[in-house]
Amino acid sequence: MTGTRREQPVDAFPTDASLDEEVLVRVDGLVKYFPVRGGGLIRRHVANVQAVDGVSLTIRRGQTLGLVGETGCGKSTLARCIAGLIPATAGKVYFEGKDITNLSRRAMQPFRREIQMIFQDPYGSLNPRRRVGAIIGDPYAVHKTAAGAERKKAVQELMERVGLNPEHFNRFPAEFSGGQRQRIGVARALALRPKLIICDEPVSALDVSIQAQVLNLLADLQADFGLSYLFIAHDLEVVRHVSNAVTVMYLGRIAESGPGDQIYEHSRHPYTSALLSAAPAADPDSAAARQRIILTGDVPSPIHPPAGCRFHPRCPKAQELCGQTEPVLETKAGDPSTHLTACHYPVEAGEILARAGRRESR
Amino acid sequence: MNMVRFLIRRILTGILVLWVVATGTFFLFFKAVPEAVVAQRLAGRAATPQILAEVTRYYGLNKPIVVQYWHFLDGLLHGNLGRSYYLQEQVTTIIKQDLPPTISVVVGGVLLWLIAGLAVGILSATRARSLFDRFATVGVLAGLSAPTFVVGELLIITVFVQLNDHGISWVQTGYSPLTAGPVAWAGSMILPWVTLAVVQAAVYTRLSRGSLLDTLGEDYIRTARSKGLSERRVLYRHALRSALTPVVSQLGIDVGALLGGVIVVEQVFGLQGLGQHVVTAITEGDQPVVIGFVILASIFVVVANLLVDMSYAVLDPRVRIS
Amino acid sequence: MSVTELEFQAKAVESAPEHAIEGRSQWNLTWRRLRADRVAVASVVVILLVIAFALSAPLIASLTHHGVDQAFPNTGLDVNGSPVAPGVHGFILGTDDIGRDLLVRIAYGAQISLFVGMLTTAIATIAGVSLGLIAGYFGGLVDAILARVIDAALAFPFIVLALALAAVFHPSLSIVIGVIAFFSWAGISRIVRGQTLSLKEKEYIEAARSLGAGPWRIMFIDILPNLLGPVLVLATLYIPTAVVFEATLSFLGIGIPEPAPSWGNILSEAQTYYQIAWWYIVFPSAVLLITTLAFNLLGDGIRDAMDPRTERIFAGGKAAQRRRKRSSSKAAAAAVSAGS
Repeated sequence: MTGTRREQPVDAFPTDASLDEEVLVRVDGLVKYFPVRGGGLIRRHVANVQAVDGVSLTIRRGQTLGLVGETGCGKSTLARCIAGLIPATAGKVYFEGKDITNLSRRAMQPFRREIQMIFQDPYGSLNPRRRVGAIIGDPYAVHKTAAGAERKKAVQELMERVGLNPEHFNRFPAEFSGGQRQRIGVARALALRPKLIICDEPVSALDVSIQAQVLNLLADLQADFGLSYLFIAHDLEVVRHVSNAVTVMYLGRIAESGPGDQIYEHSRHPYTSALLSAAPAADPDSAAARQRIILTGDVPSPIHPPAGCRFHPRCPKAQELCGQTEPVLETKAGDPSTHLTACHYPVEAGEILARAGRRESR
Repeated sequence: MNMVRFLIRRILTGILVLWVVATGTFFLFFKAVPEAVVAQRLAGRAATPQILAEVTRYYGLNKPIVVQYWHFLDGLLHGNLGRSYYLQEQVTTIIKQDLPPTISVVVGGVLLWLIAGLAVGILSATRARSLFDRFATVGVLAGLSAPTFVVGELLIITVFVQLNDHGISWVQTGYSPLTAGPVAWAGSMILPWVTLAVVQAAVYTRLSRGSLLDTLGEDYIRTARSKGLSERRVLYRHALRSALTPVVSQLGIDVGALLGGVIVVEQVFGLQGLGQHVVTAITEGDQPVVIGFVILASIFVVVANLLVDMSYAVLDPRVRIS
Repeated sequence: MSVTELEFQAKAVESAPEHAIEGRSQWNLTWRRLRADRVAVASVVVILLVIAFALSAPLIASLTHHGVDQAFPNTGLDVNGSPVAPGVHGFILGTDDIGRDLLVRIAYGAQISLFVGMLTTAIATIAGVSLGLIAGYFGGLVDAILARVIDAALAFPFIVLALALAAVFHPSLSIVIGVIAFFSWAGISRIVRGQTLSLKEKEYIEAARSLGAGPWRIMFIDILPNLLGPVLVLATLYIPTAVVFEATLSFLGIGIPEPAPSWGNILSEAQTYYQIAWWYIVFPSAVLLITTLAFNLLGDGIRDAMDPRTERIFAGGKAAQRRRKRSSSKAAAAAVSAGS
């Protein structure tokens, strides 16, 4: 399952993605600002929370794009913009070549059958007052694709497919465990056989043992139904096992993106390296050998992001240039064309960041 | 500064409301039924054709609607509410005559229900689940369920009749003006006050008890206690202020209920106040009085709400900022 | 952690039997608590009795051979023309000022009160819930306007409106129903609006939107089921308010016109007879009070059954008493150990 995915060619991503049949979703320079209004009688617009500030990415058919970053980096906002739940401030989202940015609800409706979401909180994402059969059957009801006995049959098939007992059709969500509730969410997302499922931290709220179950389920479904996933998480290890390509976000911008192997084995951005070093390693020897890179300070506020490279106040390699100019997201020397990094002084092979002093920067 | 802006906003809203009410009243009374009926009603039952003609001319009933409307508004602004043909007097005169009993009932009743309601509520909250509290809860439920007029009639049957039978004539029905002697005045007012207060006191007991219990559970009260302040100090200096805000906002809503209660009480006890007079006016078909009452009542409600809003703003500074 | 380790773990857990916890739904739990509340049960019994009483009004009339509007000046009034006392001449509860059977009139009055009370509450609930949902869910301008309207309706002195309407059009049943419904919807609307505002931020609502569900579907299929509890409590508590309001309007003469035997009308006529015919006041009052008290107690009972954390003074049953004893002795023990 996860093994087969790794055997797929990882360097066959063409650079011109716009006309590619293989491209399911293309996001182009997406921007999402939330206005901050001051107090007073009129509540003037005083500033913006720059949640997503110019993000471009591509999701290919049948593949999984992993999206990682700290809390507050904008990954959930990005996901919701792609799903059409939040209107984008600027930029474009293309689905199968068609522009679906900021469509009206009616125009977006047919795309809703193709793009579904699974949510993080198994307790909050299901309506406690409705029976699970009704919840899973919702997509059929909304899009009027099946009714009555036909719908019930479809729902029960779905329940079985995700590993639930179809006889529990009439139960309430409260009667299920966390892992089972996520399965209900998966069943609901699967109902209309979408092409893309956006998984917003689907296993973060689950016990580790249950996480594996749900991840395996997602992998099985991808193989069976040819699904594409946008897999959002903050845990790099989880993302590693499910993704073909990975994008790392920091404070509304992309820090690094590329094929999974490249990111994990040859990361170029200091932030990515720091994230990787923080992930626990199973082998105690390699864990001891590895140096933890400690990032100092909290994530700065997205209302007033730092000048230049947004990561520079916390970066162990930061120098004067970093505080002045924004780094461009581009392929660094020696990397395949699909591996993009936004950094003035990318990490070199063999470089150990933990020893680099943290230079003061303006 | 904020307070002034707040006040201005509220006053402007109040004026707007009054204008809406006046317009609505105009349309309801002058335009909702055919002209002839309007004339008939404004002229009173015993209207001869001459009176009808005079009424038509006086109110400009055969003039275009805009003229009528202007005439109506103009009259209002000059304090002219028309003439009760039934009683052969200006409505404003009638109002002046009828006000003393009404005001007596209102002031006394509101004071009584606030004091009783708050006192019982505070005592219940500070002695939660004690015997006192239990009795209070039963009383509250009973009080909440009873219509005002039933309470009034029952009080008459029990208190009034019993006292009179035993020769105590202090408590009377009907109205004895304050000018004729405060004792007699109080005697005629005591039962109306209690009647008006009973139902409302129940509401306020429950409200203040609940609000105070919630406030007393807050962290900052715990801090005050741990600082060593006496329970009484904690209660009066800290807890009451925020516990009272729901009570004050309820008062604003209750102004409407107050009007209804006053009318009922006046009717039951024969107090010859404005409320009772309005009811008679309706039965007798004397519309100018009704119009006058509606306008007056609206002014009262707007002003009362304004006062309530201001005291709310004093109690809770957050209101001024929003 | 390697891939194989993850897979191994997963397989191990997967082979464990998958069974959902046998649980009870919210409604089930509420119902059980309500059943255990003796006061609430008693209220339901009383309400059913009153309904039975109202429905059996024609039966009572035929059994006593006294029609609801039939005056019996010979048997029903004494030599002075005053009403006769209960038990005299076959008038079980006595007669009224023109010799009509009081029991029969009170029974028919129950019909009026219950009908008006329940109909107005039903109208007010439907209107209030719908408007509250719309205001809360759509927000923006719609909510700004509706919220103002709700505030105005709440503060409005409805008695004044009733007076004005009665003065212009003659008092009638439709005016009464209209005014009471108009007065009641705002309270329900305000609560529903508040709940909707908070519920619409929940993740399952976002999930519904991501499915493509439209606002109307979300409001009535996703949000409304979460509101039914509070709405039920409110509606139950509004019924007695409506009954009292109708009685008050009729009492003042601007409600349901004579000779309809509304309890308000009866009590209005009874005023002048307080010295000579106590039954004329006492019996209608008693029935009215019992009815409203029962609905109030039931409403409170439902509210407490839905939220068991509310402290209840009269929490029924041995279990509750044992719980209270246990918690108070725990508190006492804690106090002792803290003080020592």
